[in-house]
Amino acid sequence: MADQTNKYTWPPPDQRSLIGKRISRVDGPDKVSGRAKYTYDVHRQGMLYGKVVRCPYPHAKVVSVDTTVAEKMPGVAAIHIVQGPGTEINWAGDDIVVVAAIDERAAADAARAIKVEYETLPFFLDDFTPPENVSGRPKSPYKKNDERIAGDPDAAFKDSDVVSEGVYGCPVITHCCLESHGSIAEWTDDDHLFVHISTQNVSGVAGEYSGALKIPAGNVHVHQDHIGGGFGSKFGADRWGIYTAQVSKKAGGKPVRVMLERDAELTLAGCRPSIWARVRVGAKKDGTLLAWQSDSWSTGGPGGGGAPPMPYVVNIPNQRKQHVAVATNIGPARAWRAPNHPQGCLVTMSAFEDLAAKLNMDPLDLLLKNIHLAAPSTDTYNRVGTYRDELVIASDLIDWKKNWHPRGQAGAGPVKRGLGVAIHTWGGRGHMSTCSLSINPDASVEIKMGTQDLGTGTRTAILMIAADTLGIPMEWITLKIGDNQYPPSGGSGGSTTIGGVSASTRRAAVDAREQLLTKVAPAMNLEAADLEIVRGTIRQNFSPGPAMTWKEACARLGTQPIVVVDPNLGAREDLISSGVGGAVMADVSVDTETGIVKMNKTVCVQDCGLIISMKTAESQVYGAMIMSIATTLYEEKIMDPITGRMLNPNMDFYRLAGIGDVGELVVHFMTGKGYDERGPIGLGEPATVGPMAAIANAVANAIGVRVPFLPITPDRVLAALGNAQGGSNARV
Amino acid sequence: MDDLPEKPDKKPKQPREETDEEPRFSASGLSRRDFLKISGVTAAAPLVAHASALAAVEEEVAVRGPGKTPVTLSVNGKELHAILEPRVTLLDALRDQFELTGAKRVCDRGTCGACTVLLDGKTAYSCSVLAIDVEGRQITTVEGLGEPGKLHPVQQAFVDNDAQQCGFCTPGFVVATKAFLDQYPNPTPEQIKHGLGGNFCRCGTYAGIRAAVGQAAKTGKVV
Amino acid sequence: MRAFDYASPTKKEQVSPLLGNSWGAVEILAGGTDLLSLMKDEITAPRRLVNIKGIKELHGVSRVPEAMRIGTLTTLADIASNSEVQSLYPVLAAAAGDAASPQIRNMATLGGNLCQRPRCWYFRSGHGLLAMGADGKSLVQQGDNRYHAILGNDGPAYFVSPSTIAPVLIAYGATVEILGPHGFREIGLEKFFVIPKSEREREHNLKPNEMVTGIVLPGKTPPGLRAGHYEVRQKEAFDWPYATAAVALVMVGSTVKSARVVMGHVAPKPWVSPEAANALIGKAVTQATADQAAQAAVTGAKSLGHNAQKITLARVAVKRAILQAAGSSESPSIAHGVGGAS
Repeated sequence: MADQTNKYTWPPPDQRSLIGKRISRVDGPDKVSGRAKYTYDVHRQGMLYGKVVRCPYPHAKVVSVDTTVAEKMPGVAAIHIVQGPGTEINWAGDDIVVVAAIDERAAADAARAIKVEYETLPFFLDDFTPPENVSGRPKSPYKKNDERIAGDPDAAFKDSDVVSEGVYGCPVITHCCLESHGSIAEWTDDDHLFVHISTQNVSGVAGEYSGALKIPAGNVHVHQDHIGGGFGSKFGADRWGIYTAQVSKKAGGKPVRVMLERDAELTLAGCRPSIWARVRVGAKKDGTLLAWQSDSWSTGGPGGGGAPPMPYVVNIPNQRKQHVAVATNIGPARAWRAPNHPQGCLVTMSAFEDLAAKLNMDPLDLLLKNIHLAAPSTDTYNRVGTYRDELVIASDLIDWKKNWHPRGQAGAGPVKRGLGVAIHTWGGRGHMSTCSLSINPDASVEIKMGTQDLGTGTRTAILMIAADTLGIPMEWITLKIGDNQYPPSGGSGGSTTIGGVSASTRRAAVDAREQLLTKVAPAMNLEAADLEIVRGTIRQNFSPGPAMTWKEACARLGTQPIVVVDPNLGAREDLISSGVGGAVMADVSVDTETGIVKMNKTVCVQDCGLIISMKTAESQVYGAMIMSIATTLYEEKIMDPITGRMLNPNMDFYRLAGIGDVGELVVHFMTGKGYDERGPIGLGEPATVGPMAAIANAVANAIGVRVPFLPITPDRVLAALGNAQGGSNARV
Repeated sequence: MDDLPEKPDKKPKQPREETDEEPRFSASGLSRRDFLKISGVTAAAPLVAHASALAAVEEEVAVRGPGKTPVTLSVNGKELHAILEPRVTLLDALRDQFELTGAKRVCDRGTCGACTVLLDGKTAYSCSVLAIDVEGRQITTVEGLGEPGKLHPVQQAFVDNDAQQCGFCTPGFVVATKAFLDQYPNPTPEQIKHGLGGNFCRCGTYAGIRAAVGQAAKTGKVV
Repeated sequence: MRAFDYASPTKKEQVSPLLGNSWGAVEILAGGTDLLSLMKDEITAPRRLVNIKGIKELHGVSRVPEAMRIGTLTTLADIASNSEVQSLYPVLAAAAGDAASPQIRNMATLGGNLCQRPRCWYFRSGHGLLAMGADGKSLVQQGDNRYHAILGNDGPAYFVSPSTIAPVLIAYGATVEILGPHGFREIGLEKFFVIPKSEREREHNLKPNEMVTGIVLPGKTPPGLRAGHYEVRQKEAFDWPYATAAVALVMVGSTVKSARVVMGHVAPKPWVSPEAANALIGKAVTQATADQAAQAAVTGAKSLGHNAQKITLARVAVKRAILQAAGSSESPSIAHGVGGAS
C-alpha cells in the first residue's frame, strides 16, 4: 500500500512486479509483422496524393507561377500556390506549389507542367571559414550570439604550466527520419479538420493549424498510431502540413496526402547545426584545469547556430568564450537529439584529450582529477560521485588500463588501435502529461493519453507502470495514445516523455486502485488500507485471508466505472527529477594507409533515475551510440558551393552506419539506491552526446594526431597524418 | 472517443482506381492491341562470337502501356489484381493498391532496404522493380511471414530482443533476416555484416538485430 | 517517373528494332536497380522500356572448352554462387558476391552492372553527364569533387566509372558480346568503356540500338594465374568505394611473367595501368615491388581540388590487390578497409 504521508511514490524494489523488468515492447508484434500503421501507411477513402514544386535555388525571389497547363491535366483535383510571386526563398528545396491528384503519378506529371520563374539572388553557404567583420555590416551573415567571461582567464592562462590549443568541429547533419515528414489532411466539414500526421507532438500540434487556418483549435482532430522517427524534427505542423490542409480544402475537403520525398526530407526537414571552434585550455602540470578560451561559430541555416555549452560539464573556473551564429542559405535547423550538447561535448572533450596528451597524462586521469568541477550536486543527486563511479565502471568494461596507451604509441603496422573517453549530461525532467485511467464494471481497464510512442517504448512503460500499480497483468489494460482527443500530454522532445507519462500514470493508477479497494473493502470486512492487489487478486496484505478476483471486485462497481484523470504536476511533481550523467568510452582501429576507422567497441555507462522498462531503455542507449557512430564517421549535409543545393539528398551519399559498422556495444545503467528514488528521467538525449567525442578521441589516441573535424573520413585522417597528396576536402 | 478514425479499409481485392477504358483481360492478359510489329534480324548466338548468320524477320512483341493495364500479382500466396500504369513500382502497388503497407517507402532508390520483399524466395528492393515486371513471380511481404499471435520465428526473435525502435525499417529487416537465415542457418558475425548489409536503421537497433539473428539461427547461439 | 510503354521481347533478335537510333528514348530494362532510380529522378525519361528478361538465352553461365560465357541477365548473386565461376575465376565470384547489398545482388544483372550510369552527384541531380553549368564551365571542376576522377580527368568528363565488377573482368581478359541490328560483335571489355566527350555520348561504345548479350572469358586459365581485388570503402558493406583495384598476375615460380592492373572508381572508365603491370613484370612480388607498381599506377593521377585522398587510396588499393594476388590463388578474399592484406 502506498505510503500515507506521500501517496505518490515509486514502489520499493521488493514490491515492483514489472517496473524495471525486461519486458518486450508491447507493440513489437505489430511492428515486426508490418501491421503497425504509420502516417505514411494511412489510406483514407478517396485520398488524393500531393506533389510539390520546389525552388531549385538557395536564394531567390519568386517572379511568376503558371499553373494553367497543370490545372487541365487528367486526375488533377486542386493546385495551391504555397509561396507566390514576390516571395523571397531562402533555401533550395523550399515549397512553391502543391498539386493534389488522384494518384502520385498524375500529381507528379502536373507538378512537372507548372512553370515558375525566379529571380536568383546571391547566396551564402560557407560556415567553415572563421567569421570576420562580425558586427557592423548590415548584410553580414555573422551575428555575435554569446560572449562570456568568468573568473580571470588572462591570469589563469599565465598561471598555467601547459596551454593546449586546437581547432575542432563537425558539419551540419540531418535527421534522416526513415518515415519522412508529412500528413494526410481532410475536412470533415467546412471548419473541422482531421489530420493524420507524423509528429512528436500529438497534443500540441493542433494549435498551429488553428492559427494558420483560422479555425478553433478544438476543431482540429490529430491522430497518429506510429511514427517512423523524429529525433527532434517533428514538432510542428510545418509549412507542408498547413498547405496540405489548404489544398485539401480546395479539393472539396477530400483527404490529401503529402509525405516528403527523400530528397526533400534530407534537404529541408531539419538539420543539426555545425560547430567550429578554436580552443585554448590551460592547466597545471598535475592536470588541474585552470583556464578555458573558445571562439566558436556555427550554422543551422538562416537563423545561424546557437552556442553550445562549453566547456562541457567540467566547469573550469576561468573562462572567456564567444560564439558567432552564421546565417546560411540551407534548410533551417531543428532540435536534434540533445540540441547543442554533442557539439559542446565534442569540442570540450577533444580539447581535454589534446591537453592530456600534451601533459603526458591519461585523459581518464585528467577527467577524474577535475571531475569535482562538474555542475554541483543536489540533495538527491551526487553528480560528481556518479561521474566518478561511471568512469570507473566504463574503464572496467572496456579494459582501459590494459588497452589504453599514450597517444601515438600504438605499435608497428598500419592498423592502429586507440581508446577515447567523454562524459555528458542532460536534464530530462518529465513534461506535463495527463492520464485518464478507467476501471470498468466489466473488469476492463482503459488508459487514454495524448502522448506518442516514438519507438522509445512509451506504450510499454505506461502499461508496465499501470499494471504494476494495479496489480494486474499488462494484457488486461487497453492503452490509447496518439490522438489529441485524449487528455493532453507534452511533445516528445528533450527526453521529457518518460518522466511525463510515468508520473501521471502512476498517480492515476494509485488513485484508481485506492478507489477500487475502498469500494470492495466493506464486502471483505476490511479497510482499504489492509488490502493489496497481486496478480489480479485482491487480498489482505498482512496475512492470508479473504480474497476476491479482479473481476469480482470490478463487478461491485455496479454501473459506475472508476475514472481518474491525473496530471503530472510539472514543477511540483515529486515522482520525477532532472539531471543525469553518463560516461562513454570507445575503442577503435584506424588503418593509417587508407584512413578508415573501424569501431571495435563502445561502452556507455548511464544513469537515468528509476528505469521503468529495462529492454527499451537499453535500446535507447544502443541506438544513441549507433547513431553517433554514423555522425562521427559518415554523416555530413554536403552543400554545393556552385548551385547551393544539397549534393547528397539520398541514402547513397548521406551515409548511415550499417549493421557491420558498429562494433561491440555495451550498455551499463546506474541503478539502485541513490538512483531509483529520483524517479524516471529521460534517456533519449544524454547517451547521444558523449560517443562522438569519445570516438574522435579514440582516433587521436590511435594515430597520434588529432583529426580535428568530423566526419572522420579517409581524407581527413590522411590529411591529419600528412599523407594526403595535394589539395583535399579535409580542409585542415 | 467513439469517433476515432476507423481502421483503413481491409485489403480490397479490387483496385480502387478507375480506368478510363475497359480493362483488357484475355487469357494471356494481353489483347491484339498489345502487340507491336517489328522488323528485325535473327542471329545465331555465338558462344565465342564471330560473323553470324542473319535472317530478316517480322516479329510481334508484346507491348503494354503507357496507360493503365491489368496486372496480376501473386502475393503471399494470393492472386491480386490491379489496373496499373507500367510505371508503378511493386512497392507502390503493394502499398497503394493492396493495403500491404509493411514494406515501407524510405529512400525509394534501392538503398535503404525498408521496402525489402521476397521474389521467389530471394530478397529484393520492391521500390526498384516495376509491378508489371513481377507478374508470375511469387512475392512474399512481411505480412506473409506471420502475424501477431502467429509470428514467424524471425519476427518473434525481433520482438524478444527488442530489435526495433520506431519500427519503420523493421519489416524490411525482418524479411532480409529471414532470407539471410535461409541461406546461412548458422551465420558468423562476418556473414551477418555482409548478409544484412542491405538494410539501414536510423534509430540504431543493430545490437538487437544481431541478438535476434542469434536467437533465430538454428543453433540459437548469440552472436 | 514519366509514363512509358513496356515491351517484352522473347527473342534477342527482337530487341534491336525496339531500341531505335537515339539515346534516351528507349531504355533496356534488366534488373532495373539503377534504371528505375534514374527514371524517378528524371535523369532519363524513356518513352519505352524494353524488358529483356523474357529472353531465356541471355541468362546464366555456359561453358565450352574454349570459353566461358556469362549471359547479360545473370545476376550478381548467380555469378557469385556459380561453381564454374568460383573455380575458374574466383576473384570475379568474390567481387560479385561483395558488390552492393544482397538485395541488389539478387536483382542486378551483369549487363546492367556494366552499363549502370555514373554516381556523380551533379549528373544525378540533373546537370547532365558532363555537368556543365550555365556558363559552360564544369560544375565538377568548380564544385565539390571529393569522389570524382583522379585519372583520365582532363575533361570534360570527371565522373568515375561505377562498376566494381568491370575492373575484375578486364583483369581476367574478358570480352563483351554485343548484339545489334546487323548481328553480333565482340570487343575487349577494356575497349567497351569510353570517356565521353559530349552529352550525346555514353560511357561505353554501344550504339543506341545495341545491347550487351554477355561476357566471354577464356575457357581455361593459364597456369600460374593469380588474381586479387581490393576495395577501399569506408563501410563494411553497401558503400560506394573510393577506389578499387583488380590485379591478374601470371607467375612463373615467384616471378611475374605477365600482369594486368585495373583500377575502378578512379576515372570515367575502368582504368588499366600498363605502368603498374610493367613495374611488376620480371620481378618477384614483395612489399617493395608492390609499392613501386602501386606508385606507378597513380603516377599520372591528379587532384581536382577536393579528391587528393583518392590518389593515396588508389595506390593502397593497387598495392593490396597485388599482394593479395601473389599471396594465394586458391582462396582469394575480398578485403577492404581495416585489416587488409598488407
